[in-house]
Amino acid sequence: MSNILSIVTFLPLAGAIIIAFLNSEAKGNARWVALWTTILTFAISLLIWINFDKTNPGFQFVEDYAWIGGLKYKMGVDGISMLFVILTTFLMPLCILASWESVQDRVKEYMIAFLVLETLMLGVFCALDLVLFYLFFEGGLIPMFLIIGVWGGKRRVYASFKFFLYTLLGSVLMLLAMMAMYWHAGTTDIPTLLTTKFPADMQWWLWLAFFASFAVKMPMWPVHTWLPDAHVEAPTAGSVILAGILLKMGGYGFLRFSLPMFPIASEQLAPLVFSLSIIAIVYTSLVALVQEDMKKLIAYSSVAHMGYVTMGIFTASQQGIDGAIFQMLSHGIVSAALFLCVGVIYDRTHTREIAAYGGLVERMPKYAVAFMVFTMANVGLPGTSGFIGEFLTLLAAFKANTWVAILATTGVILSAAYALYLYRRVIFGVLEKPKLKALLDLSPREVAILAPLVLLTIYYGFYPAPVLDVTGASVKNLVANYEAALKPAAAMLGQ
Amino acid sequence: MIYTAIVLLPLAGALIAGLFGRIIGDRPSEIITTLFLGIAALLSWIAFVDVGFAHTTQKIQLLRWVTSGELDTAWSIRVDTLTAVMLVVVTTVSSLVHLYSIGYMHEDDSRPRFFAYLSLFTFAMLALVTSDNLLQMFFGWEGVGLASYLLIGFWYKKPEANAAAIKAFVVNRVGDFGFALGIFGLFYVFKSINLDTIFAATEATAGQTFMFAGYEVDILTTLALLLFMGAMGKSAQFLLHTWLPDAMEGPTPVSALIHAATMVTAGVFMVARLSPIFEYAPEALKFVTLIGSITAFFAATVGLVQNDIKRVIAYSTCSQLGYMFVACGVGAYGAGIFHLFTHAFFKALLFLGAGSVIHAMHHEQDMRAMGGLKAKIPLTWGAMLIGTLALTGVGIPHLFGFAGFHSKDAIIEAAYAAHTPSNYAFWLLVIAAFMTSFYSWRLMFMTFHGTTRADHHTYDHAHESPNTMLIPLAVLSLGAVLAGVVFASYFIGHEESAFWGAAIRKGEHNHILHAMHDIPSWVGFAPFLAMLSGFALAYLYYIAVPSLPAATAKAFRPVYLFLLNKWYFDELYNLIFVKPAFALGRLFWKGGDGAIIDGAIDGTAASVGRVTSRIVKLQTGYVYHYAFAMLIGLALLLSYFTYVNGGFVR
Repeated sequence: MSNILSIVTFLPLAGAIIIAFLNSEAKGNARWVALWTTILTFAISLLIWINFDKTNPGFQFVEDYAWIGGLKYKMGVDGISMLFVILTTFLMPLCILASWESVQDRVKEYMIAFLVLETLMLGVFCALDLVLFYLFFEGGLIPMFLIIGVWGGKRRVYASFKFFLYTLLGSVLMLLAMMAMYWHAGTTDIPTLLTTKFPADMQWWLWLAFFASFAVKMPMWPVHTWLPDAHVEAPTAGSVILAGILLKMGGYGFLRFSLPMFPIASEQLAPLVFSLSIIAIVYTSLVALVQEDMKKLIAYSSVAHMGYVTMGIFTASQQGIDGAIFQMLSHGIVSAALFLCVGVIYDRTHTREIAAYGGLVERMPKYAVAFMVFTMANVGLPGTSGFIGEFLTLLAAFKANTWVAILATTGVILSAAYALYLYRRVIFGVLEKPKLKALLDLSPREVAILAPLVLLTIYYGFYPAPVLDVTGASVKNLVANYEAALKPAAAMLGQ
Repeated sequence: MIYTAIVLLPLAGALIAGLFGRIIGDRPSEIITTLFLGIAALLSWIAFVDVGFAHTTQKIQLLRWVTSGELDTAWSIRVDTLTAVMLVVVTTVSSLVHLYSIGYMHEDDSRPRFFAYLSLFTFAMLALVTSDNLLQMFFGWEGVGLASYLLIGFWYKKPEANAAAIKAFVVNRVGDFGFALGIFGLFYVFKSINLDTIFAATEATAGQTFMFAGYEVDILTTLALLLFMGAMGKSAQFLLHTWLPDAMEGPTPVSALIHAATMVTAGVFMVARLSPIFEYAPEALKFVTLIGSITAFFAATVGLVQNDIKRVIAYSTCSQLGYMFVACGVGAYGAGIFHLFTHAFFKALLFLGAGSVIHAMHHEQDMRAMGGLKAKIPLTWGAMLIGTLALTGVGIPHLFGFAGFHSKDAIIEAAYAAHTPSNYAFWLLVIAAFMTSFYSWRLMFMTFHGTTRADHHTYDHAHESPNTMLIPLAVLSLGAVLAGVVFASYFIGHEESAFWGAAIRKGEHNHILHAMHDIPSWVGFAPFLAMLSGFALAYLYYIAVPSLPAATAKAFRPVYLFLLNKWYFDELYNLIFVKPAFALGRLFWKGGDGAIIDGAIDGTAASVGRVTSRIVKLQTGYVYHYAFAMLIGLALLLSYFTYVNGGFVR
C-alpha cells in the first residue's frame, strides 16, 4: 500500500514503454496493451478509494523521497484530490475503447500519447511538491497538444497553436509565482506551504499569477476561446480527456493553491471571480444557443458549467466547495459522455453539423436514450449528477451574495433552452435525410462505453454520499483554515 | 410499508416497461404498469382513511441524499392529510388514465414507452407530494416536468409537439428559477430545508428583514414570492401560462392526467404545504390572490372563442387553477385543496371524454367539424354532460350539488369574505364563473348537438369507444357527481380542523372560514346566477340562433382577434425574450468571442505565426516543433530548480 500512488501514476507510462517496443504494424496489439494497462490502473486506483480514510482531512498514502538535485518526490491524496484520480483512471479505458476504430493512423503513437498523458494527469492530482506539480501540470500539455495537432481535424494546427499560446502565458506567470514562493518560504513542499502565511501584498501577486494559469485551464471567460476550437479539432477521445480531466486541473489548482495559500487575496478578489463566473454562465450559455456545430455547443456549455465551479470555490464555504468538486466530477462524466455521443454519430456520418441530423431516434433508439440522460444531466435535472453540484454552488452563492445567486441561477433556464434545442434538432423530428436512413444503433462496444456513464450519472444523482463523504472532511478543514487565516486580517481592518 | 409501496410501485412499473418493454411486449407492459398503479391507488385510499380520518401522520426516511455541512437532506416519505389527499388524487386518476390509454393508444407502435412515461410521471408526482424537505419537492417538481416534456413530445415526428415540449420545459424552468432561489433563501435563513425545521421557526421570523439583491426586505414575504414563482410556472398562472395550451399537442390521456388533474395542481399543493410560510407573509398572499383571480378571468376569456376541443378544456383548467390560488391567497387553503380534489375528477373526465370524441372522430379536434355526435356516442355524451354539470357548479343548496358546486362556490364565497380591494377577486371570479358556464355549454353544443358539420365519412364511422375507455369515464363520472357532496364537510365544513390537523397552518389573524358564514345571501346566489346565464347565452348562440356567433365575431372583430390570439402573449414573449436571446447569442459569439477576444489573440499570434510559417512549411512538422520547444522549456526549468536547490537542506 505504501507506494500505491506511484504505482497507479506510473503504470500507464510502463504500458506506453511496452507499446513503444511493439511492431508498429500490429495496431491491434497496441490497442489491447493500452486497454489492459488502463483497466489495471483503474482497478488499482479503486484500492486507494476503498482504503481511503474519510474522516482524515489530511494527506494520505504519502510517499516522500529525495530526488535529483535536492528536489523532493512527494505524493499524496486528500479528500479534494482523491476522486479526481478515480475520474482519470475511470475515463481512460473508455477513451481507448472510443478510439478503437476511429483512429487508424499511427495507432502506436496515439496509444503512447494517451498513456503518457494519463501518467501526467494522475501526477498533477497526486503531487505534493511544487516542482513536481509544475512538471506534471505543464508536461500534460505536450501529449494533449500532439493529440490535437496530429490526430485532429482540418484546422488542427490553428487550434493547437491557439491552445499553446493561451497556456504559455499562464504557465510563465505561474512559474514565476512558484519561484517567489520558494524564495519566501524556503521550501517547495506543498503541505508546508499550506501552513505558510504569505504577506497580504505578496498574496495578491501570487494569486494573480496562479489565476492566470488556472483561469485559462478552466477556462474562464474571457480566456475561453481556445476551448471550442480545441474541442472541434480534437479526436473524440481527446475531447473526452480535455473536457473530463484537463479542465478540472484549473479548479483543482484553485482549491490546492489559491484558496488555502492566499486566503486574504482570495477573499478580496472573490468579487472578480464571481463576476467572471456569472459572465461565463450567462454569456456562454447564450452563445451555446446559436451554435451550429455539436462539439462547439457542448464546449460552450462546458465553459458555462465551469462557471458554477469557480463561483462555488470562491464562496469559500462547505457547500460551495463540496458543490464545486461534485460539479467537476459530474461534468467529467457528463461532458465526456456528451462528446462520446457526438463521436458515435460522427464516426458514422463524418459531420458534426447539427443541421445534418434530425429524427435519429427512428434508427437509433438506444442512442437516443443515452443522449437524453446526458442532456438532462447537462440541464441539471434533479436525479442526475448534474443537479447536485449546481444546487450546492448556488446555495452557497446565495449566502455570499444574493445578486450572484440570482444572476447565476438564470443559467438553469438557458441551459434547458440550448440543451433541449440541440436534442430536438438531432434526435427528434422526421428522419428525412437520405444519409441517415441506413444508420445503425449503438454497437456492443459503444454500449460498453456509454452504459457505465449512464449508470453513474443517475446513481450519483440519487445517492451522492460516496462523493460528498470523501470530500467532506478535507473541505471542512480547508474552510476552517481559510476562515482562521482571515480573522487577523479582519481584526486589523477593524482597528 | 404501504406508503413506500405507493411511491415505488409506479417507479417499478416505469422501469419494467421502459427497459424491458421491447422484450416482454406491448400488452404485458400495459398490464404491468396499469396493475401496479391500480394497487397503488387502492393503497392510497387505505392511507387516506388512515391518515385523514384516524389522524396518524407518517414519516419514513429511505436514503441519505445531499449532505454537506449544515445541509442534511434525505429521500423520505411524509404523509399527513394534505399528502393523503394528493395520493388519492394522483394514483386514482393515474390508474384510470393508464387503463384508458390501453384503449386510446392501441394503434400506436411505441406503447411500452408511453406507459413507462406515464408511470414515471406518477412516481415523480408522488415523490413531490410525499416530500419532507424542499429538495425532494424540487426533485419531484422537475421530475414531473421531465415526464411532461417527454409526453408532450411523445409524437416526436410532429414539429409542433417538439416545440411545445421544449416550451413547456423552459417556461417551467423560469418558474423554477424562482423556486430554486426561494430554497436557497430558506437555507440561508433557517440553516435547513427540512419542512419541520422551517415550519417551527416561521412564526418567530415573521416581520423580520434581510438584505436581498441590495434591498432590505421582509424575509418571509420575499421567500414566499420566490417560491410562488415556481408555483406560477407549474400551475400555468398568468404570465407563465403560455406553455399549457400548447401542451395539448401531447396524447389526450396525458392532458387528462398531467395537464388537468395532477401536475398543474402542484403549485396549489405547494402553497398549501408551505402554509406555515405563507401565513406569515400577508403581502405574498395578496399577490397570490391577485394572480389567481387574474388567471381565472383571463383564461376564461380566451376559452370563450377557441375552436379546438382540447384547448377549450386547457384554458378552463388554467382558469380553475386560478380559483384554487385565490382560495389559498385568502387563507382558505382547505377550499383550494378541495377544489383541486373535485376538479381532478371532473376535469380528467372532461379530457378523457374529449379523447373519446377525438377517438370517435379519427383524430379530429376542431369543434367546427363536429356537431350532432350525441346520437353516435351517447355514453361519451353522458360522461361529458356530467363533467360539464360538475365544472359549471350545478346544484341546489342543502340538497344536492355536483362536485364543482361545493368547491367552486366555497372559493367564491371565501373571495367575498376576504374583502379584497373593491371586492375585485370576488367579481372576477363571478364573471369567470359566467364565462366558464358559457364556454362549457358552447363545447357541449358545438360537439354533440345540432346538425353535424363533420364530413359524411367521418360522421358515419363515428363509434363509441371500447370498454377500457368507458370504464374510466364511468368511475370519474361517479367522482364528479359525489366527490363534492361526500367530502365537503371534511374539507371545508364542520370536520375541517380535525380533518386537516397540522397539515395546514392558519395564523391567528386567519378567520376566513368564520367570515364565510357571515356573507350576505345574495353572494351565495351570485355564482348560481352566473352559471345559469352562461348556459342561457350559450343556448341562444349555439342552439337557438346559430348565426349569432359569426355575427358577434364580425361586429367585435378586434376583441375577437385579441381573445382568439390569447391576448398575443406568444407574440410578445417571442419579441422580448426569444428573439433577443438568439440575437445576443450571435452577438457574443461573432462579436465578443470572434472579433474582440480572438482578434486580440490572433493579432499577437499573427506576428509569431507568420515567422514560423515561413520557416516551417510542413504542417505536422511545426506541431512537433512546439512540442519540442515545450520539452526544452521543461528541461530548463528542471535544471534551474536543481541549480538553486543545491544548498537546500530538507
